[in-house]
Amino acid sequence: MTAQRLVAIVPAWNESGAIGTVVDEIKEFDSAIDVVVIDDCSSDDTAEVAESHGATVLRLPFNVGIGGAVQTGFRYAVEHGYEVAVRLDGDGQHAASEIPKILEPVRAGAADLVIGSRFVDPGGVYRPPFARRVGIGLFARLVSILGGQRVTDTTSGFIALDRAGIELFAAEFPHDYPEVEATLVALRSGLRVTQVQVDMRERTTGSSSITFIRSLYYIVKVMLALLVASLRRYPRLEGARQ
Amino acid sequence: MTPVRVSIVGAIASILLILVVLELVRGRRLKERYALLWLATGVVLLVLSVWREGLNTIAGWVGVTSYPPAVLFAVATLFILLVLLHYSTVISKLTDENVDLAQRIALLEERVSRLAPPVD
Repeated sequence: MTAQRLVAIVPAWNESGAIGTVVDEIKEFDSAIDVVVIDDCSSDDTAEVAESHGATVLRLPFNVGIGGAVQTGFRYAVEHGYEVAVRLDGDGQHAASEIPKILEPVRAGAADLVIGSRFVDPGGVYRPPFARRVGIGLFARLVSILGGQRVTDTTSGFIALDRAGIELFAAEFPHDYPEVEATLVALRSGLRVTQVQVDMRERTTGSSSITFIRSLYYIVKVMLALLVASLRRYPRLEGARQ
Repeated sequence: MTPVRVSIVGAIASILLILVVLELVRGRRLKERYALLWLATGVVLLVLSVWREGLNTIAGWVGVTSYPPAVLFAVATLFILLVLLHYSTVISKLTDENVDLAQRIALLEERVSRLAPPVD
C-alpha cells in the first residue's frame, strides 16, 4: 500500500510572528506532509515568512474571513489529489505533535472527519473562561441534537479529514465562524465523525479573532446557521471506505 | 374619500419615480432586471393614486375607514421592503461569487508562480 498523500491546511491572517514556527513544527513532525498556508490578505509579511519556511502559500486577494480561507485550502487539496488533510490554526495553538492523534482514525479508515476536541476527557488541561465554556457547551449540545451524534467541541479548528471530508468542505463550508456549522453539515451529510482528546496551547502571538463585542454576533449568527442547516437537505455521502 | 390633492401629489411622485428609473436604465446606470421592481412600484402607486374609487374600495377591504390614503403609504412601504429584500439576496449572491473568485485567484496564482516565477 502506498503512503497516502497528506496536506496540512493552515489559515493565517497577520500571523507573521507565529507562522514560521507552525510550519517548522509540522515539517519537523513529518517531512512528508505538504504544508499549505492560506494568507487571508495579511497586512504583515505572513505570506513571505511562511514561504521562506517551505510552505506553499495561497494568497487571497482580499480578506474573505476564516471560513473562506480554510475552504481555499480544501479546494487546493481537491485539485491536487490529496487523500488526507489536517487543518491547524496559524497562531500555533494546535501542536504538531498532536497530529497523529487526530490522523489515526482517518488513516485506519474508521472516520471521514476527526475533530480534535478539548473536552472528550473531562480531565483535559484546557479550561476556558466561564462565558466561553457555556457557549462551547451550548453549541456542542445543539449540534449533538440536530446532528444525531454526541460531539463535545464544535468550535475546534483542529481537524483531520479523508477524501470524502475534503470534497464536502471544498464544496460547502460556511464563511464566517465556520466550525460549528461545518460540524453539523458533516453530520447531516452522513460523514463518519469521530472526536479525539487533544490539548491546545495558549496562543503565542496575535489575538483571538473572537473579541468580546463580536461574541453576541457570533452566537446569534451560529444559532441561525444551525437552524437553517437543520432545515436544509444535504445529499447523503457515503464514507470514503465502507 | 381621498383628498384630491393627495391623489395629484401621489400621481406626480409616481410618474417622477417611473421617469427617473427609465432614465437610469437608458443611461445604463441601472440594469433592466433591477429596474423592474422599481417600475412595478411606480405603476402600482400611480394606479392607486389616480383610481380614487379603487383606493377607497381597497381601504374598505383592509379595514381602513377614516383615511384611505393610508393604504397608499402602506403599499409604498410594502414595495420598498420587497425591493430591499431583493437587494439583500443580490448582495448575498455577489458575496458568494466574490469569495469564489478570490479563492480561484489564490489557487491560480500559486500555480502560475510555480510555472512562471516572477522576474525580479
